[in-house]
Amino acid sequence: MPTDSQHSNYHPPALEFKSTTFSAPVLVLANNDVIIIEHQLQEKIQLAPEFFKNSPVVIDLQELNKQKLDIDINELVNMLHSLDFLPIGIRGATTQQLNKALDLSIPAHTGQNQALLIDNTKPQPAKPIPTAEDSASPERTTLIIQPIRSGQRIYAHGDLIVLAQVSAGAEILAEGNIHVYGSLRGRALAGVQGNIEARIFCSDLQAELISIAGTYKISEDLTEMVRNRPVQICLQNNTLTIKDL
Amino acid sequence: MARIIVVTSGKGGVGKTTTSAAIAMGLAKRGHKTAVIDFDVGLRNLDLIMGCERRVVYDFVNVINGEATLNQALIRDKNCNQLYILPASQTRDKDALSQEGVGRILDELKKDFKYIVCDSPAGIERGAFLAMYYADDAFIVTNPEVSSVRDSDRMLGILSSKSRRAEHNEEPIKEYLLLTRYSPERVKLGEMLSVDDVQEILSLHLLGVIPESKSVLNASNSGTPVILDEKSDAGQAYADVIARYLGEDRPHRFIDEKKGLFGKLFGSK
Repeated sequence: MPTDSQHSNYHPPALEFKSTTFSAPVLVLANNDVIIIEHQLQEKIQLAPEFFKNSPVVIDLQELNKQKLDIDINELVNMLHSLDFLPIGIRGATTQQLNKALDLSIPAHTGQNQALLIDNTKPQPAKPIPTAEDSASPERTTLIIQPIRSGQRIYAHGDLIVLAQVSAGAEILAEGNIHVYGSLRGRALAGVQGNIEARIFCSDLQAELISIAGTYKISEDLTEMVRNRPVQICLQNNTLTIKDL
Repeated sequence: MARIIVVTSGKGGVGKTTTSAAIAMGLAKRGHKTAVIDFDVGLRNLDLIMGCERRVVYDFVNVINGEATLNQALIRDKNCNQLYILPASQTRDKDALSQEGVGRILDELKKDFKYIVCDSPAGIERGAFLAMYYADDAFIVTNPEVSSVRDSDRMLGILSSKSRRAEHNEEPIKEYLLLTRYSPERVKLGEMLSVDDVQEILSLHLLGVIPESKSVLNASNSGTPVILDEKSDAGQAYADVIARYLGEDRPHRFIDEKKGLFGKLFGSK
């Protein structure tokens, strides 16, 4: 062992850089009044409070700068933090706006892929800098144990597991897979962001509509062979296929 | 601790007001001080069913607007001194009810009463929303036919997502099913959904099945809650509902003529 410590070259690498792409929501601003923006954001948040909590966001100022409207970056970022957003970048900004953003540890996206790193020479107040994993908004599984009643609508960003029934007139949507362990009588849409690998699993198929990545079947298309049975539904060659479980 | 009960359904004409009058009277007859409030502002009916329409001076909206005190507006029932009625206004509409005002009145009633029964209007708009918003328990009144069941399901969704308890992440509203206008003969002929059919969709705690009965119409016309007609099947069914709500074990009597089925239904929640 002593020899190893003398020759640090023999240590296996503790880190490596890799290039990868993440999808993150972009906040495109069309108005430079922070109060109006805050108001309208709050309305959006109310629609899906859990979705936006600690959500990473890239600020896009292209539209504003086209109209030659300046915006107070400090005020904007403070407002976003107060609404539990985590700004992870800015794009379409002027040099002045970029510098202000860098002061706040917000990296600039000047081009499609190019990100300027934070200028570490400036003293920074300790701020949580979202890691790459945060900005990837890791897939979360949503678990529902109560019946989903007619008129209710559930959206899951990852997989959705429902342990109770889904009533006729209800709608469940997931970016990932959907599992329903009660009767599925409402609408079930999996892979709503275009994931063609997504599947729907259910123990009793009576759905009004089933869809994977936009390809759908309505109740009338379901044959008696699959109705009221435990099945899985997946996409094969762009065709919705229903198989026994 | 006072409990607020909402009697609701989504669909109209299923027997909400009849049920509100019957259960309010039933609870009061058992010695619990009970108030029943008509939330159907603009289409008041509860005072007719309770037979107190000629004694209405002030109403719910007057109290909300501070034009009358609660004590001035509450009408004591002539059959039972533990029961009070807060009638709806005939001349106003449901916009006259404010969430804050309703909350204030319910808080005031809670100090004095053991049970507060809210008779919800049909629909899922403002009146129905305010009737259920502060509730602790919900009696879902459903007729054995598909559109009523669908509307009840919708209402259950609203109870579990928009009520005060849901908004404050408290223990959810306790939901009970009351199947009204049930006719075992027509179920047998396949003209009506059976208890099992309804339960397959709603899966709720079944508090009672009220048979289709002439006595309900007679009771409404004479302004006495049907529960007071102790000889009638509907009156007895409502008495059972009250007993079950208060925690007593009673077999279901009006689901089928054959007794073998009772045990079976009891087992299935």
